[in-house]
Amino acid sequence: MTDNPGERTRSALKVPYREREESVTASEMAGLDPPAAATDYEFEPEAELLTINIGPHHPATHGVLRLLCTLEGETVLDLEPIIGYVHTGIEKSCEDQEYWKAITFVERMDYLAYYFNSYVYCSAVETLLDEEVPPRAQYLRVIHMELNRIASHLFWLGTAALDIGAMSMLWWALRERDGFLDLFEMSGGQRLHTRYFQVGGVAEDIPPGFEEKARKIIAGMPARIDQYEALLDRNEIWLQRMKHTGVVSREEMLALGVTGPLLRASGEPWDLRKAMPYCGYEQFDFNVPVGTVGDNYDRYRVRLEEMRESLKIAEQALDGLPEGPYITTNRKVALPPRHELATSMEALIHHFKLVTEGFRVPPGEVYKAVESPRGELGCFVLADGSAKPSRVHMRDPSFVNLQSLKRMGEGSLIADFIASVAMLDPILGGVDR
Amino acid sequence: MPDATGLELVAQRVRSAVSEDAVVDTLHAYGGATLEVKPDAVHDVLAHLRDDDDEPYEFLSTLHGCDYLPEEPRLGVHYGLLSMQRRERLAVKTRLGTDSPVLRSVVDLYPTASFQEREVYDFFGVQFEGHPDLRRILMPEDYVGYPQRRDFPMGGEPVLFTFNEHELPRWYD
Repeated sequence: MTDNPGERTRSALKVPYREREESVTASEMAGLDPPAAATDYEFEPEAELLTINIGPHHPATHGVLRLLCTLEGETVLDLEPIIGYVHTGIEKSCEDQEYWKAITFVERMDYLAYYFNSYVYCSAVETLLDEEVPPRAQYLRVIHMELNRIASHLFWLGTAALDIGAMSMLWWALRERDGFLDLFEMSGGQRLHTRYFQVGGVAEDIPPGFEEKARKIIAGMPARIDQYEALLDRNEIWLQRMKHTGVVSREEMLALGVTGPLLRASGEPWDLRKAMPYCGYEQFDFNVPVGTVGDNYDRYRVRLEEMRESLKIAEQALDGLPEGPYITTNRKVALPPRHELATSMEALIHHFKLVTEGFRVPPGEVYKAVESPRGELGCFVLADGSAKPSRVHMRDPSFVNLQSLKRMGEGSLIADFIASVAMLDPILGGVDR
Repeated sequence: MPDATGLELVAQRVRSAVSEDAVVDTLHAYGGATLEVKPDAVHDVLAHLRDDDDEPYEFLSTLHGCDYLPEEPRLGVHYGLLSMQRRERLAVKTRLGTDSPVLRSVVDLYPTASFQEREVYDFFGVQFEGHPDLRRILMPEDYVGYPQRRDFPMGGEPVLFTFNEHELPRWYD
């Protein structure tokens, strides 16, 4: 032991927390004898369990998630997530909407990854219709999805760091996220829930100035990510709360059906963009970041690296953006351009039919899956031949990944468990749908 | 994805391993392969496909229900299997009537099925035998009815406020 006070504090911190807690009693500190009554009372702290309810309205639960925890002291012995507080019946509502109107509904499930929701739904309907998507539309979709992935990870970074107590990260991350939302506003007119993807392509071509602004933001982002790392990775508190907490092995993650950054942090290099490419992802050069330990720190690192890879993909897509139509020319599926309505009778009829009745989809059922920021986002569409889907089911990654929370929390301190919730990144709009 | 021939081979192997009438139908459409099996054989088929098959599927990516009204039997339960080694998907589906839909739970094979079976029970009323904790998951626990069935009406449920809570039946039950 040295006389350096900082060294003493650090070595004291290495003693497990419970031991330090038991080594200090109030009576010793005041220099008093313990009260006589306390001697004949047998107190067994190990046998005392406390059940507490975290949420549904608690800032650390990222929405309306309720957690029923059984605690022994500060150790979590058992926990059960209780969900359904924001269940709004989106899947049921979709059954009452025409195919093109349901896009608006599905976007509102996972409210941070709206481009992914609408993409997976549109691609399922396109498969049922056997509709070809023009290459320019595919590239535009890739650009928007990758920018959306970064925006979603930025929001996760800000709120997760806020849970740990690194409050300034929220303002840093949201500042950058605003730039991405500005881009979405340029192309689709909305910052959230843009409804930019249509069946057969995208709603409109990108406006002049979009590419320039996107390139500017993409060029500036790597330096920003370096700054986040500089802020967090040299922070003693951050490292102590992230490293070796919430460890779940690769095998357990697979059994629990976990996908996305959580699975990759545990060491399984499974990314649907690489493994089963869709939307032209095979044309882009990018890496899949993988963790080794499977703790909260790996989850944080994997997401940060994913942002860098997404920047690479978005840049490549901007470079290779082909010319051509941005939506299919099949007038039975896509609306005719506005200028045709004044001169062409057929265009007017198609427009009228599409807006009043929508398009009919031949009977069939299909399951499509994409890699959303949180894992495998799947969409099952059952068509019965009418203009409305008979069943739309979203396999939301947050819903399935939430099951691993019990495994992460059991046996850990409650503070570490809160860090695990933050690193799990559940979006309750997607969980409850 | 197994191609049409590969799917027939899978079906053949399942037939010989589980039972001759376990597989009802095979369907290859939209680049995906679907194996339709009898409801009472689902657990055995999935156990075979996970452990014993020549081309195993170790990951259950999705489990969901749907309602095929007006076809009979009405309800369908889909199991989306995935092999990360071979990068293949296989859908296993089964059809059930609405009278007393019972399936054997696959939570013992795939722990991920826990939440998803609860969801199917919640919305379609399919009972999963052997599920450790079969309760409603997204709807309130005292809810009556299975809202994702196609004959369940859309909307029309009164919203509970302080001024009308005494007028609504079942509120104090």
